Amino acid sequence: METPAINDLSISIATENGTGSASANNVLFKAIFKMGVPCSSKNMFPSNIQGLPTWYQIRACADGYMARKDVIDVMVMFNDATAAKDIYRVRDGGILLYDDSTPLAANLKKDGVQYFGVPANKLIQKIVPASPLRIKQRNMIYVGALAYLFGIDMETIKEVLQDTFGKKPAVIESNLVCIEAGFNHMKEKGYTQNIARLEPIPNGNKGKIITEGNTACALGAIYGGASVVSWYPITPSSSLAEAIEHYMPRLRKKNGKATYAIIQAEDEIAAASMMMGAGWAGTRAMTSTSGPGLSLMNESIGLAYFAEIPCVLFIIQRGGPSTGLPTRTQQADIQLMYYASHGDTRHMILIPHDMRSCFDMARRSFDFAERFQTPVFVMMDLDLGMNFWSSEPLKLEKEPLDRGKLLTAEQLEQWEKQGKKFRRYFDYDGDGIPYRTIPGNPHRKAAYFTRGSGHDSDARYSEDEKDYKETLDRLRKKFETARKYVPKPVIETHDGVKTGVICFGSSYEPVREARDRLRAAGLKTNHLLLRALPLTQESKEFLAAHDIVYLVEQNRDAQMASIFKDEWPELAAKIVSVLIYDGLPVTTLEVVRQITQHQASARKGAEKWQEKRLTASV
Amino acid sequence: MAGEKVNRISLTEKDYEGAPSTMCRGCGHDAITASIIRAFFESSIDPRKVVKLSGIGCSSKTPAYFLSQSFGLNAVHGRMSAVATGANLANHSLIPIGVSGDGDTAAIGLGNFCHMMRRNVNITYIIENNGVYGLTKGQFSATADKGSRMKGGKLNDMPAIDLCELAMTLGATYVARSFSGDRKQLAPLIQGALAHKGSAILDVLSPCVTFNNHEGSTKSLKYIRENLDPIHDVDFIPFYENIEVDYKEGTDHEVILHDGSRIVLHKLTSDYDPSSKMQALTAIHAAVAEGKFLTGLIYYDPDRPDFAEEMNLCETPLTELGQEVLQPPVELLDQINAEFMK
Repeated sequence: METPAINDLSISIATENGTGSASANNVLFKAIFKMGVPCSSKNMFPSNIQGLPTWYQIRACADGYMARKDVIDVMVMFNDATAAKDIYRVRDGGILLYDDSTPLAANLKKDGVQYFGVPANKLIQKIVPASPLRIKQRNMIYVGALAYLFGIDMETIKEVLQDTFGKKPAVIESNLVCIEAGFNHMKEKGYTQNIARLEPIPNGNKGKIITEGNTACALGAIYGGASVVSWYPITPSSSLAEAIEHYMPRLRKKNGKATYAIIQAEDEIAAASMMMGAGWAGTRAMTSTSGPGLSLMNESIGLAYFAEIPCVLFIIQRGGPSTGLPTRTQQADIQLMYYASHGDTRHMILIPHDMRSCFDMARRSFDFAERFQTPVFVMMDLDLGMNFWSSEPLKLEKEPLDRGKLLTAEQLEQWEKQGKKFRRYFDYDGDGIPYRTIPGNPHRKAAYFTRGSGHDSDARYSEDEKDYKETLDRLRKKFETARKYVPKPVIETHDGVKTGVICFGSSYEPVREARDRLRAAGLKTNHLLLRALPLTQESKEFLAAHDIVYLVEQNRDAQMASIFKDEWPELAAKIVSVLIYDGLPVTTLEVVRQITQHQASARKGAEKWQEKRLTASV
Repeated sequence: MAGEKVNRISLTEKDYEGAPSTMCRGCGHDAITASIIRAFFESSIDPRKVVKLSGIGCSSKTPAYFLSQSFGLNAVHGRMSAVATGANLANHSLIPIGVSGDGDTAAIGLGNFCHMMRRNVNITYIIENNGVYGLTKGQFSATADKGSRMKGGKLNDMPAIDLCELAMTLGATYVARSFSGDRKQLAPLIQGALAHKGSAILDVLSPCVTFNNHEGSTKSLKYIRENLDPIHDVDFIPFYENIEVDYKEGTDHEVILHDGSRIVLHKLTSDYDPSSKMQALTAIHAAVAEGKFLTGLIYYDPDRPDFAEEMNLCETPLTELGQEVLQPPVELLDQINAEFMK
């Protein structure tokens, strides 16, 4: 007999989308959170509104790891369409919870797992009168069944219902009845299991919040002074703009008037153009989009780069174009961001990895954009942006907004007195960053005419080869200056350790856990969490100090590794890419597997291994 | 300069000029530039309160040739409408003038143009319409008339997009057509557009003397001159002047603009009421059927609020807000954090 694991459990819930499972899953997840057990959830949903399969995976983990767990202990099999596959997803010795209103089909019987039936369809027919609600509330029954099996207190569930539906007592009551029906059924049957127990941890999650990266970014943008927000709906970025729409009236209305403008544009080309117009006019402007939208925005990004217009783009990465995998996660638009647009362009990118850094980098991105007078990207992915993460509360660092080298009429007056002439694109300070004025500045020398790459230091039209090259070189110099300003990587090193791991964004959690597992298995690693592009000296030193550095990223072609190798070709051979690109949130096991496999074959030479891996993936 | 006429803010017409034009000699666009300069001068508008916007094409170069004291943004091809939308929301106290062409507006930028008007973004939007792509050397544009011939003889068999008709349908609130060579009509129409709050669309026929001025073209100087069909004479009276004009009760129309300025439309041949969208559409269709260019103030809607008003923007331009407004108090973030704990 197995001894139950305490507070170490993964539950995968298979449902059809559009059946209200999101509410049920939310109640279950928040109840575990309220017990004080560290937990995380991953929503693997289809690009569809009703009728396609969706899985919601909850992980409770006393040790606080939040990556998607690589094994599924419990499968809630509430979608007939995927049941035949779902029975193989659960681990040996795991549990399958299914609706036994009708007998289980023969092909769904599998050895080595425990089956528990709860007659959800039958129960719901007794409880809920025929109505559209019936199908939605059916899912609440598994919440009750799981609560009984794993020890979630009904009082905790009531509190969650109160928090969620506080203003609608009738909704609380109707959901509670369903949850209780599931709970009582299991109790009456006397079902028991011994694989895991959830036990309350007093103050375990005290002071912690649950939110999504898109919401944290939205709040960060608002606190960063975002004033014109133009966007076009696209998964998985829409919820960022919608969160801004949700919070702006509460946070930024003054005497009933809006101190902001949010525009749902007609397409991403317009969204980017509006952002550019607003940034040029002198306000803090932003957009949010995903890969396909970013493709459409490229032309305006180029103009903003060459005309030196501040603006911020939140890119929530997902899988591929068109019908692709819009609801799955990727980090495969890194180079599309870094080199966005035509001509010689490269851009600053901020890379959050948790809720606090989402908020903080979103806020600061506007300072960077104005300081450097350029488009700044905040690189997100669906996993970070749309999944629930528990976190310390969002924290506002109080510091003055950095408007950069923005000249007022008074300052221009001073300049004139000093005999200094305002030249829009002249590098006065040797850092590549010119001075800027904005429309409405009443000084008679403030105005200039903005255009693309063909201009001289005085913003006059020019096709002169010297002027053009000067512009390109100065912009490159500005980019070099940016290296000193962008957030530095967070580095963890231990004496004598010669193996490093680099990761960024949503890979942080699985890598954190993978490193602990590798250490337990005898491989100690140092770590660098990358937080921005351009790369900084710290990353170079990290590479130089190690024999081998695993660079974990979520794309096929090692896009970030290419940027490293381009930057420091002499260190390129030290990088071994760990590439995960199936569209699902990274699991710890996959990181461990790839690193271990490479370690095992390291004697044969890293190159050979890389070659083999590449061939295997083709 | 001594003796030179100054306007209400003590500027001469010369003060509204820009860099020397690089258009072809005799280009209609230069004549429009002159009318723009005249309009700003006559209306005594402070150039420092103006923003000039454009897309790409010959026409889009022209904002460099007027109002050198104003900020200007030469955006990317077809996107001026969207850029103007952003700029207008950022600072709604500025007076935006956009210059575009028929390629920029009616082809690549058509979608954005439509949505700008649908939102009634405040702008004076001039289309320098010559039916041809000049800067890429003579391809047909989407406003080229069916049956018109290209310089090499190629026949255009697609119907033209009528930008005034489109503008009325999509929600623009000041719609006019004019001719680059008719400054007497064009300058007051521009003044009217500048005084109007909302999308003011001016479709200005502007012959391309290099690529579309030949026999067989319906946008040649000769063809346009022969087929102009003005619906009225136009007088513009700025809000600060209290001039009585010759006004014939019953046949002339007076239009009161948002800043209190007035446009008086003197009847030429038949009665025309610019506040009637149906009448305007009928008149445009009738003129097109006859191969005529209807010119004048075709449509005017004084009632529709502009986009900035629709968005309930505060009076202070967003560009002038300080950190105390832009950054909400930390207590509100604490509240939100508390909500996230539930």
